[in-house]
Amino acid sequence: MAKQGLELEITELRLGLPGDNCHSSRDKNEIKKRVFSEISVDDDQNSSSSSGGDRRKNQNNNNNNNKTQVVGWPPVCSYRKKNNAAEAETTKLYVKVSMDGAPFLRKIDLKTHKGYSDLAVGFEELFRSYGIGGMWKDSESSEYIPIYEDKDGDWMLVGDVPWEMFTESCKRLRIMKRSDAKGFGILQSKPYSNGEKQNDLKI
Amino acid sequence: MREEKTEMSEDEDRTVDLGGATSGGGGGVFHETSSNKTMSCPLPCPDQVLENVLENVLLFLTSRRDRNSVSLVCKSWYRTEAQTRSELFIGNCYAVSPARAIERFQKVRSLVLKGKPRFADFSLVPINWGAHFSPWVTAMSSANPLLEKVYLKRMSVTDEDLDLLANSFPGFKELVIVCCDGFSTSGLAAVASKCRQLRVLDLIDDDVMDDELDWISCFPETGTCLESLIFDCVDWPVSFEALERLVATSPSLRRLKLNRHVSLGQLHRLMVRAPQLTHLGTGSFSLLEQPAQEGQDANLSQVFAKCKSLISLSGFSEIVPDYLPTIHPVCAKLTSLNLSYASINAEQLKSVICHCHRLQTFWVLDSVCDEGLQAVAATCKELLELRVFPMDAREDGEGFVSEVGLLAISQGCRKLRSILYFCQQMTNAAVVAMSKNCPDLVVFRLCIMGRHRPDHVTKEPMDEGFGAIVMNCKKLTRLAISGLLTDMAFNYIGKYGKLVRTLSVAFAGNTDMALRYVLEGCPKLQKLEIRDSPFGDSALLSGLHHYYNMRFLWMSSCKLSLQGCKEVARRMPHLVVEVIRDVEGASEDAVEKLYMYRSLEGFRRDKPEFVTIL
Repeated sequence: MAKQGLELEITELRLGLPGDNCHSSRDKNEIKKRVFSEISVDDDQNSSSSSGGDRRKNQNNNNNNNKTQVVGWPPVCSYRKKNNAAEAETTKLYVKVSMDGAPFLRKIDLKTHKGYSDLAVGFEELFRSYGIGGMWKDSESSEYIPIYEDKDGDWMLVGDVPWEMFTESCKRLRIMKRSDAKGFGILQSKPYSNGEKQNDLKI
Repeated sequence: MREEKTEMSEDEDRTVDLGGATSGGGGGVFHETSSNKTMSCPLPCPDQVLENVLENVLLFLTSRRDRNSVSLVCKSWYRTEAQTRSELFIGNCYAVSPARAIERFQKVRSLVLKGKPRFADFSLVPINWGAHFSPWVTAMSSANPLLEKVYLKRMSVTDEDLDLLANSFPGFKELVIVCCDGFSTSGLAAVASKCRQLRVLDLIDDDVMDDELDWISCFPETGTCLESLIFDCVDWPVSFEALERLVATSPSLRRLKLNRHVSLGQLHRLMVRAPQLTHLGTGSFSLLEQPAQEGQDANLSQVFAKCKSLISLSGFSEIVPDYLPTIHPVCAKLTSLNLSYASINAEQLKSVICHCHRLQTFWVLDSVCDEGLQAVAATCKELLELRVFPMDAREDGEGFVSEVGLLAISQGCRKLRSILYFCQQMTNAAVVAMSKNCPDLVVFRLCIMGRHRPDHVTKEPMDEGFGAIVMNCKKLTRLAISGLLTDMAFNYIGKYGKLVRTLSVAFAGNTDMALRYVLEGCPKLQKLEIRDSPFGDSALLSGLHHYYNMRFLWMSSCKLSLQGCKEVARRMPHLVVEVIRDVEGASEDAVEKLYMYRSLEGFRRDKPEFVTIL
């Protein structure tokens, strides 16, 4: 499943690309940054103009005749576009998103997001008053990291696997405080016990 | 009626807002400032009798433009007007601070607040830009417990705001929230449970989050005085028992718009409970839960027949077109029909539209094609407003309507006042014909979805068509242009568009002259939004004489530089010049997004990082 490439350290939650057998001496920051910058490059290829505010990207048109789609054109308001899309494909994929420190639970429809950076925008929108901006761009200094629970009940770092695989396996999301993460050994090469983690994460 | 206000074009609003500036000059703004200074030193009123008389007369004056004029007469009139103004309209929430507004108008019963620029609807304004309701509701809650009505458009509203509102105004009656976000079903629950005098709760095109709270069941079980409940945009399921009970115990209910989680069968039951409805938005108009029972269609039709007061229909999500004919019994009385979420074809439309002789407002998807529009033109002689939305909202998508439909409408619907038309191709001839056939046009918005697309027959720019519109439609106040356009089109607008207040421009014009024509030629211009057009600093600077008379100017992806914008800021101290930088790695000197507006407050303290105020 999502585990291919992790080999022996199959239950270990690390920050890094799948299959990347990084040594503890190697600079973990470097690896992390590469993951996120790769994500944003991918998405840039899909949209002609990146915009922080673009919550609902135009549906990518494969028969584009080489004309790139432009943000906000034609000027159909996002509410209406959402409805038309909903009519077109009524399958939705709602997962719960919780954030440490926020008193409420939200739901997010993974089907309306095209990739990780789009998801990041979605998170910012949901929890804007709690200031998680920058969580993705500069993951080193951000207070929060996003994790998700997969089909097997394991908690994984968001961004490790290809997007489609992620949407298929993600059951719920959590935006966790970095300080809590350290305590749970995510940044260290420890075997990861699910039972323990469930209690500690206090879901 | 609030609902009509939001369904009709935004241009129904009057232009002058709290700034007080009229087209005659920037005097209003400065007057406001100086008068406020005077207000802080209490003066004995010399003629109490006159003031009392004035007060009683002013109670009848509702137009805010007239009220602004009254307030300019003298200090005594200013004071009296301020004390008798009951509706406060703030067209730009950053033009004035809550404190200042409340200090002047202390007995306001109704507050209208508009926030983000309209291009926010098309994802051009980054999230977290601002327009927070919080400072307003906070200030109002302590200063003015008599507040009864709040209307918000494009504001950021939180659950805490709604909770505060629900707790602070015991007589609160009407809440209308349009194109807003930031709140969830929790906020709605607070309003539902605590606002015991609530008559109107209208949620229109908002992005409401789910807090897994069934807010409908938070309305008091003993009954409400609700007259209007609109929640089609709240896309989360609600308990049907609670909804049914609410409808059954709200005898004043006249307007009800459901979300798509309410099935057709449930709609049936609700309509039986509320035959007095005048405005109905159906939920899902698709397959009934049980396998189709005999005569079930007939039952639904009968139920429609029993709603003898129904004049407005909308909704029809997930429509199964076979069910559409069930609305036949009400068609003859309908004045408003919104099928813009229903993909139906020409045949399916024809079967209902042929009965709709009284229709004044019609919104539809272009799936009905030119043929469907011809049917509309043949029957709907009273039509005032038409909106045709695209099913396939892409530049290179398939077009279903064209100049043929536009021409037909112009020939059949001579009383037309407002049109919004999305298409893939158009001709000047059809637009010229419309300008002649429909001289009463107040709003003309044509969106040719392909950028820079010329007249597809003559291959010429669309200048002549839009030129004819401004020339022949002498009442025109709102215009949106598209297609291939040269500076000539703008020349026409500047020359003939003397009443134009709102202008939307995209991918148009050749040089700075175009923008100059408009800024120099249109004295009534209030709202100007431009994107992706080659206008630079010199064009921007040609409008300095006019910017204090405008509500705002938006320019994105044009040719502006930081220098030019700084120059404007330097010369116009009461203008807030915002440069929005949400694109990484853009050059320091280029200005990708400019938003500027007059304000009494200087730069706003809640501005996010990506906004620079010059």
